[in-house]
Amino acid sequence: MKRLILALLLLLPLPGAAEEIVAGLSQSSVSITADYAGSEILIYGAVKREAPIAPGRGLRVIITVEGPRLPIVVRRKERSWGIWMNDDRLRPGPVPSFYAVASSAPLDVALLPEEDLRRAITLPRILRGEDNTAQPFLDAVERIGRAEGRYFVQENSIALTEETLFRTDVGLPSDLTEGNYTVRLFLTREGRVIDEVKRTIWVRKAGLERFLYEAAHQWPLLYGLASLMLAGLAGWGAAALFARLRW
Amino acid sequence: MQLYLPIAEVAVNAYALIGIGGLVGFLSGLFGVGGGFLITPLLFMIGVPPGVAVATGANQVVASSISGVLAQLKRKAVDFRMGAVLLAGGLIGSAIGIWVFARLTAIGQVDLFVQLAYVLFLGVVGAMMMQESLRALWRARRAGAAQIRRAHVHTWVHGMPLKMKFRASGLYISVIPPLTIGAFVGFLSAVMGVGGGFIMVPAMIYLLGMPTKVVIGTSLFQIIFTTAFTTVMHAVSSQSVDIMLALLLILGGVVGAQFGARFGVRLKAEQLRILLAGMVLLVCFKVALDLVLTPAELYSIAPMALP
Repeated sequence: MKRLILALLLLLPLPGAAEEIVAGLSQSSVSITADYAGSEILIYGAVKREAPIAPGRGLRVIITVEGPRLPIVVRRKERSWGIWMNDDRLRPGPVPSFYAVASSAPLDVALLPEEDLRRAITLPRILRGEDNTAQPFLDAVERIGRAEGRYFVQENSIALTEETLFRTDVGLPSDLTEGNYTVRLFLTREGRVIDEVKRTIWVRKAGLERFLYEAAHQWPLLYGLASLMLAGLAGWGAAALFARLRW
Repeated sequence: MQLYLPIAEVAVNAYALIGIGGLVGFLSGLFGVGGGFLITPLLFMIGVPPGVAVATGANQVVASSISGVLAQLKRKAVDFRMGAVLLAGGLIGSAIGIWVFARLTAIGQVDLFVQLAYVLFLGVVGAMMMQESLRALWRARRAGAAQIRRAHVHTWVHGMPLKMKFRASGLYISVIPPLTIGAFVGFLSAVMGVGGGFIMVPAMIYLLGMPTKVVIGTSLFQIIFTTAFTTVMHAVSSQSVDIMLALLLILGGVVGAQFGARFGVRLKAEQLRILLAGMVLLVCFKVALDLVLTPAELYSIAPMALP
């Protein structure tokens, strides 16, 4: 892989002054099989430039990985008559099922607030309510997501070498939702985004998992009866086996 | 060993699932309860979404109940006639229950209603059973063998019309009480998402006066059909039955049920009832605590069904 990056670098044309990102993923698809227990995606790349490196001006890389967005309901418990019951609720529209942010420097250094506002990069920006009543609910979505390991921020986790080569690992959890995961790579200088690149990771169930999932959704009655049959056979089988043991 | 579940969409430890299945199966074989009120919170604890836990739990209960009934059948401890009458009542009750459940979902207070129902019924049933069985045990210890043995106590229940003979239970009573009990339990199981064994068993013992040994097999026989119906309903309406999860729970459950049935033979009827009462009260206490104590996280997230 290193050789590949080197080759890419040597092929770059030289004129001009802009800096661009060239990026790759260690795998562009994840198959969820029965023994799937999470996976690490290596995200790597290089800064392509047509002039010598401008000295002394902070060059940073920020990478985000976003899972498919799903509609949710957020409920808040309120105490009434001595017991806690669901009182208020919010339907914030689709929110990412997974969101990871990695950066080569602390985010407040690597990114100006107005750039975050424009491109929605950090978690609080992604989960921004329209008004003050919605915000506590969205804060809870972020808090719960972080506690469950579906949302995380890894500052300083990108290794940026010679202001040119960079790489980072992002761990996908074991309870993964099927769908397309969007990887966004941002190149910033003094907090301003100077280039943005998008990649996609396809996450799909495979093999037996795929078959069972399809069966449950396409032939639900048959699937339900098959579950019952399994239960009946197992129940009868155990009884017969233990009767034969005569213990 | 981690295993990814296709419907629940989480990876869980396979041995933990077999263990949970075994524990619930054991209790099922021992007491004649389905164990739905235990399996749902246990699965939820290891990260299975509640919807999948309820539906798949029902499927597991089918298996362990079949295993348990077959074990009881060998001891001729199943009253099929009584089971059929209870089941007939149960179907009427669950039809009403499904309607009420839909209305409560529309209002958005299903969780609260279910929890309150748990506390109320588990509390009342558990306390009554505990008090009665402790007294029986105490009396037996005092009087020794000199006590007069009666098959059952005659109450107002025995004065009703439409009488029917239930040979296995040694009863000659009206069909109205079992039908009513069946309907009531069917209603509760549709609303609370449980088989209803923990209400059915005490009702059979105390209201119908059935002998404890017959009650377990008959209750399990009835539960098979209720939970089978529930499983198919869930599979068709919400696709939330996870067959992989069910398989592991069942593996543990059917074996556990055999051990439970075997272990139950060695216990006295009073001891059995005290244990069941203790367990019912424990679950009741836990649910009540959740309602009263300030939760660590006031907010909760639920996936919204796509229209």
